[in-house]
Amino acid sequence: MSFNVAKVRKDFPIFERTIRDGKKLIYLDSGATSQKPLSVIDAESNFYKFHNAAVHRGAHQLAEEATDAFEAARLKVADFLNAHEDEIVFTKSATESLNLIAYAMSNAEPGSAFALTSNNRIVVTEMEHHANLIPWQQLAARTGAELKWFEVTPEGRLDLSKIDSIITEGTKVVALTHQSNVLGTINPLDAIVKRAHEVGAVVVLDACQSVPHMPIDVKKLGVDFLTFSGHKAVGPTGVGVLWSSLLNELPPFLFGGSMIETVTMTSATWAPAPRKFEAGVPNMAQAVGLGAALDYLTAIGMDAIFEHEVALTGYLIDGLLQIPELSIVGPNNTDSRGGSVSFTVGQIHPHDLGQYLDSQGVAVRTGHHCAWPLTRKLGVPATTRASLYLYNDESDCDALFAAIIGAQKYFA
Amino acid sequence: MELDSLYQEVILDHYKHPLNKGLADTYDAQVHHVNPSCGDEITLNISAKDGVITSITWDGVGCSISQASVSIASDLLVNKGFQEADAILQEFTELMQSKGTKEGNPDILEDAVALAGVSKFPARIKCALLGWMAFKDAAVRITTTNRGE
Repeated sequence: MSFNVAKVRKDFPIFERTIRDGKKLIYLDSGATSQKPLSVIDAESNFYKFHNAAVHRGAHQLAEEATDAFEAARLKVADFLNAHEDEIVFTKSATESLNLIAYAMSNAEPGSAFALTSNNRIVVTEMEHHANLIPWQQLAARTGAELKWFEVTPEGRLDLSKIDSIITEGTKVVALTHQSNVLGTINPLDAIVKRAHEVGAVVVLDACQSVPHMPIDVKKLGVDFLTFSGHKAVGPTGVGVLWSSLLNELPPFLFGGSMIETVTMTSATWAPAPRKFEAGVPNMAQAVGLGAALDYLTAIGMDAIFEHEVALTGYLIDGLLQIPELSIVGPNNTDSRGGSVSFTVGQIHPHDLGQYLDSQGVAVRTGHHCAWPLTRKLGVPATTRASLYLYNDESDCDALFAAIIGAQKYFA
Repeated sequence: MELDSLYQEVILDHYKHPLNKGLADTYDAQVHHVNPSCGDEITLNISAKDGVITSITWDGVGCSISQASVSIASDLLVNKGFQEADAILQEFTELMQSKGTKEGNPDILEDAVALAGVSKFPARIKCALLGWMAFKDAAVRITTTNRGE
């Protein structure tokens, strides 16, 4: 049975509205944030309506129900990643998850596994989102460690030819994206993970653009940390995830209530992971909403979603390449590539193109997509990005093609 | 079409044939401004003599709105005194913040009234203001060091 997009779209109330004076909504900006199915909106709303109380405290029924719902969401995230629930930390965003790792490393006892000095190296890539670049720049600045990076080839792939001289002895962290939010490139991990572990470095994977779109098994990936955000995976905003098998060895980052074991006026000890990373009353309704989101994706099937998106990405790329003066920034084919497709159209500035597309009901992202070093490297001041998800189909791509051609006439 | 109120002919003309683009070799103040959300960048040089702006030149990359707007500003504000330029800038800023409720005074703003439609598109206001804010910054640098007096 082919993937039933019409049925999927019925689950998302936003597709009932129209855009710019009655035009059909063509939503091609899921790389920025995804739309939400009713089941997710209901789960978040029902938590507030029926079960709201502070989790992990309170001697009453509501507190019990809230705690059960929150911890059930943690288990759903764990199952989704083939991980253990004690390895799942809820944060407010993937950005916070990445900062948590970097700041926790700053808090490591000198000489311990996660402590960095000027003898150490942090490795990133040129295709990182600012969220997986700046925390490491700052950690390097705080500790004196050296920041190195893998370059990006003209076709938008990582250049791994110098892997042994980039990931060297003394490297403590290799942080990279699983799938580029600009290029769509899915990075090969095996060689990087192998080399990183050879020299005793941990691998931090920014999986914001992969977890929502493909089956993910942390045991198979072999990485040490993985982060993603709920809102890109049909879940609510305000909830992110940090997964790691090394949480027990990592010192905490945020201090306060909930994350402690004992406290005196002068000292404190920490609760076991994941609690030691969740100070304060957490984002309960959002975590519960994320649990519902992962239920929704699981019911459809991550294999089916990935297959649908790869086929649709092929259709999108083929159609875009038919348009005169259009250049795709990133791989021109569907090999190891997801459904984020960035492009330029002749001399039309992406902001102007995006504005015209919006007038036709087509929602895209324009700019440097929070990956300024990458767009600079590729020699384009900005690009236009169409990003696909499970609720998109060929008619959305056709509407994009027609609107781009319309823009070419408008700005001719 | 709503879009036509944004992309007035005069804007597209300035975009395709920008005025004062290309930096003068000599200047009294040079500023570089960026729009971090989209990557638009502009460098602007100004010179002044006896309290009057004698030259505004610029270079940069950006969308039609940002490029046309700086082209218009460079043409409008040159040969004006600093106070007069500041008053025009104030008028333009108010127009941009008007959410489509103002048309702009053509006696003061001249070609810049064509940018009135931008005020209906919140995401584009900062594009239109990029060059004007660069000018303001450069003007302040000159007036605070009295180099233009």
